[in-house]
Amino acid sequence: MERTLVGRPIVSGSAEGTALVSKEPLSFWGGLDLSTGEIIDRRLQRSGAVVTGRVFVFPRGKGSSTSSATLMESIKTDVAPAAIVNLKVDPILALGSIVSDELYHKALPIVVLAEKDFYSIKEDDHLTIEPDGKVLVSRKPSAK
Amino acid sequence: MSVKLSIRDEQLLDGQHGEAARMAMRILVRMAEVQSAPEMMDVSQAHIDGCGLLSETGLEFAETLAVKGAKVCIPTTLNMGPLDLQNWRRFGVNEDFAAKAIRQAKAYTDMECIPTWTCAPYQSYLTPRFGQQIAWGESNAICYANSVLGARTNRYGDFIDICAAITGRVPRCGLHLKENRKAQILLRLIDIAPAIMRNNAFFATLGHLVGSQAEDKIPVIEGLPVDASSDQLKALCAAAASSGEVALFHAIGLTPEANTLEEAFQGGKPEQVIDIRLSDLQKSRADLSTAKEADMLDLVVLGCPHFSFDEFRELARLIRAQTEKGKMLHPNVKVIVISCQTSYALLQRSDFLDVLTDFGVEITLDTCVFHTPMVAPDTKVIMTNSGKCAYYAPGELGVQVAFGSMAECIASAVKGHIYRKETLV
Repeated sequence: MERTLVGRPIVSGSAEGTALVSKEPLSFWGGLDLSTGEIIDRRLQRSGAVVTGRVFVFPRGKGSSTSSATLMESIKTDVAPAAIVNLKVDPILALGSIVSDELYHKALPIVVLAEKDFYSIKEDDHLTIEPDGKVLVSRKPSAK
Repeated sequence: MSVKLSIRDEQLLDGQHGEAARMAMRILVRMAEVQSAPEMMDVSQAHIDGCGLLSETGLEFAETLAVKGAKVCIPTTLNMGPLDLQNWRRFGVNEDFAAKAIRQAKAYTDMECIPTWTCAPYQSYLTPRFGQQIAWGESNAICYANSVLGARTNRYGDFIDICAAITGRVPRCGLHLKENRKAQILLRLIDIAPAIMRNNAFFATLGHLVGSQAEDKIPVIEGLPVDASSDQLKALCAAAASSGEVALFHAIGLTPEANTLEEAFQGGKPEQVIDIRLSDLQKSRADLSTAKEADMLDLVVLGCPHFSFDEFRELARLIRAQTEKGKMLHPNVKVIVISCQTSYALLQRSDFLDVLTDFGVEITLDTCVFHTPMVAPDTKVIMTNSGKCAYYAPGELGVQVAFGSMAECIASAVKGHIYRKETLV
């Protein structure tokens, strides 16, 4: 099954990967281990999951204003997710990707989706992010 | 480009004010597009959070700007940094880390930032005034500036803060505009005894709850004591901005944009009303701890956000109460207080600095346990009176954490294990 969701590109770019879905917001600083890519906020359901190379689908950022620095460092060291899909624009995460683009010409695509589309994405769906904010979703038949 | 720019904005983008200002302005304009801001606006003060975390990229960013000759054009204070600049050797920080931290600090002071090195800038120097348009980083300080002072800032993340300071410009949107500052949800404190609300742990506990309840909405709290102190509100802000993303809350009769409910809602109605009862506070308090009662304690951390002079005095009073009974700090427990140079300058003029140091309190300045490698790797259980520290410690430091009042922290430090007897909240 394949379908296309139309989102708003917050930071434009192309990427693909399998979805890592969190229902809860996350502070990247204090929530992401910069050496392993693991979610380390022990209060979250997805604590222990590794974001590296995945398309990280979570409603929004929260908490620390250092999250932009954490995101930029993770992009530089290749620990970052392949892309981020949010429900709400988080200026702090957008900033981390934009500064990375300015400094290293290496941006991490961020797309914001409408509620219905956002919640239609399931864990391990294969997502392809396009520069115009389109998100192509394909689901393995076995996963239904 | 859809963002309307002034002549000076265009000149900044063209590089007429230097290469660093060009880069800063490019980032600001891209952020204006992200935030759908129609134009840019002036800010008259900045607080930099980007100087806190030591990372290769953060250091490179700061040095890139500094080498290009960037200078801030508005008064700009600095958040805590990655190093106690005077005493780092005492805390076992390695030379390589320190050398890079010193380079990062120098990049920011070379840009003419004021070396306040504190995460409680509102208690330190250049406190913003009501209605002042500012660009502040540091989640607890953003919340305090907006809520308690009535200054206006968005949640500025690391690196846009210095861009704003270099150019004096930010995207015109969000909490800079009065219409976006109106309360959206009402949190009512129901049947909470005044004695509970005098306990400092109440404010961190409430903050933790407010952060998780408010989600991305602006809350107004009804029923808070109108004489709440700066330190109590600091604790509330820090906790609410950690469990959630609270950049602004109102409190009826207490914060400057909420003399009445009507004023807080700017004539509108709450989208949601949530009642907070003692049982909710008890649950919130329990949620702040991962360690259990009677667990062996390794470290007490106080001063998140940075300790004020009043908090030092309160700590000295609590320690005196123990030492007068012949009690001492347990040999297996360390007590670290994090603070800033301005509080410490006052402390040095007090008659109780010796009370603290004789007991074994270690005071570190300019930095924080999360950003400088000073917590011993074998530390397993810590205790703190900070909702923010309790929120982040399990993940960031890999420890179990117990939340308690300052009195409970000191009582536990004497006993050598987690000991909380204030059962109310």
